Parts: sequence; C-alpha cells; structure tokens
Amino acid sequence: MNNKLFSLWILIPVFFITLVAAPTTFGAETIKIGIAGAHTGDLASYGIPTVRAAELVVKKVNAQGGIYGKKLQLLIEDEACKPELATNAATKLVSVKADAIIGHICSGATKAALRTYKDAGIIVISPSATSPELTLSRQYPNFHRTIAPDDAQARLVVDFAVQKLKLKKFSVIHDKGDYGKGFAEYAKKFIETSNGTKVVLYEGITPGAVDYSAIVQKIKYSGADAVIYGGYHPEASSVVQLMRKRSMKTVFISDDGVKDQTFVKVAASAAEGVYASGPKDTTKNPLAVAAIAEHKKAYGTEPGAFYLNAYSAMLSLVNAITRAKSTEYKALHHALRTHSTDTPLGKIKFNDRGDAIGVGFSMYQVRKGVYVEIK
Amino acid sequence: MNFFWDLFLGGLTRGSIYALIALGYTMVYGILQLINFAHGEIYMIGAFTALIVASILTMQGLTGLSVLMLATVVAVLYSSAYGFTVEKIAYKPLRQASRLSPLISAIGMSIFLQNYVMLAQTSDFLPFPSLLPQSDFLDSISAFIGPSDFIIIVTSAVVMIALTLLLKFTKMGRAMRATAQDQQMALLTGVNVNRVISRTFIIGSALAAIGGVLIASHVGRINFYIGFNAGIKAFTAAVLGGIGSIPGAMLGGLVLGLAESFGTGYISSDYESVFAFALLILILIFKPDGILGRSSQQKV
Repeated sequence: MNNKLFSLWILIPVFFITLVAAPTTFGAETIKIGIAGAHTGDLASYGIPTVRAAELVVKKVNAQGGIYGKKLQLLIEDEACKPELATNAATKLVSVKADAIIGHICSGATKAALRTYKDAGIIVISPSATSPELTLSRQYPNFHRTIAPDDAQARLVVDFAVQKLKLKKFSVIHDKGDYGKGFAEYAKKFIETSNGTKVVLYEGITPGAVDYSAIVQKIKYSGADAVIYGGYHPEASSVVQLMRKRSMKTVFISDDGVKDQTFVKVAASAAEGVYASGPKDTTKNPLAVAAIAEHKKAYGTEPGAFYLNAYSAMLSLVNAITRAKSTEYKALHHALRTHSTDTPLGKIKFNDRGDAIGVGFSMYQVRKGVYVEIK
Repeated sequence: MNFFWDLFLGGLTRGSIYALIALGYTMVYGILQLINFAHGEIYMIGAFTALIVASILTMQGLTGLSVLMLATVVAVLYSSAYGFTVEKIAYKPLRQASRLSPLISAIGMSIFLQNYVMLAQTSDFLPFPSLLPQSDFLDSISAFIGPSDFIIIVTSAVVMIALTLLLKFTKMGRAMRATAQDQQMALLTGVNVNRVISRTFIIGSALAAIGGVLIASHVGRINFYIGFNAGIKAFTAAVLGGIGSIPGAMLGGLVLGLAESFGTGYISSDYESVFAFALLILILIFKPDGILGRSSQQKV
C-alpha cells in the first residue's frame, strides 16, 4: 500500500476519536456563544445592534468572573440575511462547537439555519425573527425568541386600522419574502374575518426592482383606504415615495421591518404619517435605560433595531446557563422555560413553543421625522 | 381607460430607462461581440456621482434645474471615465483571447465595482433628492402625466434621437458602424479601431449615467446594488430587440417596460419578472435574433 495513503487512513479514525471525546458539558475552557445575523449588506442595520448587545453583556458577565468560573466567548458570523449564507454560518458555528446561538436576524435566514442547530442539539434564541411558523410548526424545539411573532403583529395592525382609524378597504402588499408574506397573509386573514372590512388588492412585489410605479397605480385604482405593507424598509420607502409623488393620500401601515430610522431617512417627507408596528416602548424600564446608557457609553450612539431584544436574549441565556449549571441541551431547554429573567423587556421566560411570555408590540407613527408610540 | 393610460406611461418611463442602459450593451456587443456585465455598475456609479454632486451643490445653496443639469453632467463625465478605464483595464488586454475570457473579466469587474462602492460609500440605502424641477408647465400637465415620467420620457427620447443622428451623420458614427460590420476591413481602410472602441464605451457609459440619474430621482433611493437588477433587465431588453442593433435596443427596452407594467397592472405584480422573461423566450423562439436582429451567419 502506498505509504502516504495509509497515513491518511490512520488520520480519519483519529479525527473521529477527537470528535467523540470532545466534552459537552462545561468541559471546554470557555462557554462559546454564536452570534449570527446580517452584519453587512443592506440589512446590516438589523444585525449590528445584536452583536453590540452581546458584546456588552459578555463584558459584564466576564468582569464578574464568568459563569461558575467559565468565561463567555462570542463567535460572530455574518450571513447578510441570506438563507444560503445562513446555512454556511450555522455549519461553521456547529463545527467550532458553539454552546448556544443568539440569532439569526431575518426569518428566512433563521429558518434555513435552524435544522443544522437542531441536529447538533444547540439552543437558539433569536432577537428578531418573527415568522409565526418558526414556533407554530413545532418543528424546531431548540428555537426561542424574544420578539412576538408576526401573527400577533398582524392582529395588532389590523385591529388598529379597523377600530382606531376606522378604515374599511385595504390593499395588502408584501415583498414575497418569508417575513413580509407571512405578515401579509395574517393581515389579509384578519381583515377578511373582521366585520365590514375587505381586502381589495393582495399582491407581492419584487425586492430590488427598478421601479414600483405599476403597483402604485394599481393601489390608486383599487380605491383602498390604506395600504398594509409586509416587508422591509427599502421597498417600503420606494412605494410610499411614489404614492406621495402622485399625491395619493392613502394611509400607509407597515410592520417592524419598516419601523426603522433608516426608513424615515430615505423616504424623508413621504415618511410623515406612516404607521408601523414595533416592539413595545420599554424606555421606562430601568434595565432598558441602563442597557441603552451602556451602548451610548461604549459606542457613542443610540442603539439600533432589536438591541433590547438581543440584550434580553443574552441575559435569558446567561441566566439559563447559570440555573442549569450546564450548557447541555436538555438542561438549558428546561431552564429557559422554568426560570424567568429580569430583562430590559420586562420579566420574561419562554412558553412551550419557545415564544417569550410578556413580549409584545405597539403601534408607532412617524411624526416630524421620528417614530412616536401611539398610546 | 385612465388606468390603461397610467400603466402605459409607467411602462414607457421604465422602458426608456431600460432602453438607455440597453444601448450600452448593444453597442459594445455590436463592435466587440462582448457582453459587458460591468455596464449595470456604470449606471449605479452615475447615480452615486449625481447624488454626491447634488448634495454638495444643494449645500452651496443652488436649487432646481441647475443642480439637476450640473449633477447629470458630472455623472456623465465620471461614468464615461469609468467606462473608458474598465475597457482599458479589463477588456483590451484580452482582445485576442478566447471569447470566454473577457466575459469572466466583465463579471469580475462588475463584482469589483459593486464592492468598491459599498466600501467607499455605504451599504445602506441612501435617499436620492427629487432633482426634477417644479414648473407651471409641469403642474399643468400633472393630471395627465406625472412630472418625473414626462421628464424621463422626453430626455430619453432626445438622447436616443441624438445618438441615432450621431451614428448616421458624423465621421465618428460612420467609423463605429464600419467597425461593427467588419473590424478587419475597417482597420485596413484606416479606421483607428482602438479609438472607436474607447468611444463606444464612453458613449454607452454616458447613456447609462443619464439613465441612472433619471431613475434615481424618480424612485428616490439608491444603494450599491441597484446596477445588478437594472443591468439584467436592460440586457434582456437588448437581447429582446436583437443584440447588436441600436434601434433594437430602444424597441426592446420599451417593449419590456410596457410588458412589465401591463402585466403588473392587469394580472399580478407577483409575476412581474415572469412576464419579462416569458416574453423574451417567446420572441426568441419565433425570432432567434431578437425583434430587429440580423440573422448572424457563422463564418467558418
């Protein structure tokens, strides 16, 4: 036999032995927490705040000696909210033996990555993935989130539009993505089941298209009182700008993908009066105030989207590891459901589906260039 | 009827932009048989340059038409310089290589320019000011046609007429047509082929830059990635009309824009891209060289 080939054959079992012998519970020097999400690309503004939140929590925990003497270590993976990159990121995090994951950021990417984590027995807590099926389907018992799912969001948006704004005819538009379409489907269902309200137009648009004039014309001729848009801010800002340029007064209501200051910046004057749902305002919570102050001290700016959700996800995870005295899957899974944690979003623990109990949405409106919560 | 008219105008607007970009593809293809995949990026760079110039000028206190004019002029110059340089760096050294090499080089250039703009500027979407001027005339027709649609359609028409005249009646135009027909023969009759190729890239890039400025101020936002989608659609338009044919690119752009607009309006916007490409396939089945393409006989 060729000598070289032989030595290769020897290597394979050696490799497998190291894999098997790798200790699972607290054997490693540090507790590795994977942070995965969009850190580059046009949705980076959703992902960066999570990285910062995780870094701040880790710094604090490590300064107090870590968890039972083990320091926390972050493994940061960028996937630009692209499902195909998300699976790569997940595989990489599993291969470097991450103990738990905070992420991913977008629902589509999260869904793509979850199976890899499930097979590897890793707990995942997302600060921002709101697609209902992630928890409703019960396919992913390892998945948790510190944000309310889209069906709750769609319910709130429709109730607000029908009861508060007294609107009757709706155009429901979405961007054909997991997140936008999911939200739009629930909104459509809730409008159709409400009394005296109807959907006059239900359509998807192509993200990144050159122009959205045709769909705006369609909205105009549909005679809708309001547009409910499911998707992210880049397309929303184009559509709303084209509507206002054509002097259409149609109310524009959207989801927390649009409740982002970038939307106001890009759509400028057209953004005025736009409604969007977003996580409840928690600025009264002292923990939230402290977390925001930490961010300002470390980075000199206001934190961006999902910062508090990510901060809370980190705190819940740290608390669960402390209670479970382990990073082993079953122990962590149990601890997340039985012990509640004080977080910037309030006292939270997770229900049997993995949704955080006590986390919800409010409606916001752009007034003079900033989103203001509507009481 | 009104709905039909609005969709027609929307389609015409979008089609004009496709046509402006498609001209760049088709001119380069006509002369070099090369698909310049970096062309969409030149369009994006045009939009970015205009945004930067417009922001500076607005800060200086200028407004209205002068900002639009100056921003467009600078964008055209800047994009032309890019088009010229891209040709010199990425295609000229490969002119004698097999046809696949410049194609790969073009894709590489496209990726490079995208990432360069992302790093040098930002990955976020940027608001693009509506530079299109307000005037009584435009207000008076606004019930009939949107001001930005009007300006886009008129500007594109003027630019395309100018290009046709340039190709038909000037010495440079004749040299370009000669080079497109037979490069070897043009060379023998004393045409400076290298200069003709450079000029082709410059003109194509200038057209793309105009398209970029117009559509950016119509849609109101840009980022480093806008060149990709616009480039793909414009390339489709060029193939639809018959790649290599100048009137073909104009017609292809308009047909594609109208097809997308009516498809969205009367059927569903979910299938916008499906209409565009279904149309392309249909036409290529019946006219493999595009609507106005000459059948190309392979010289063996």
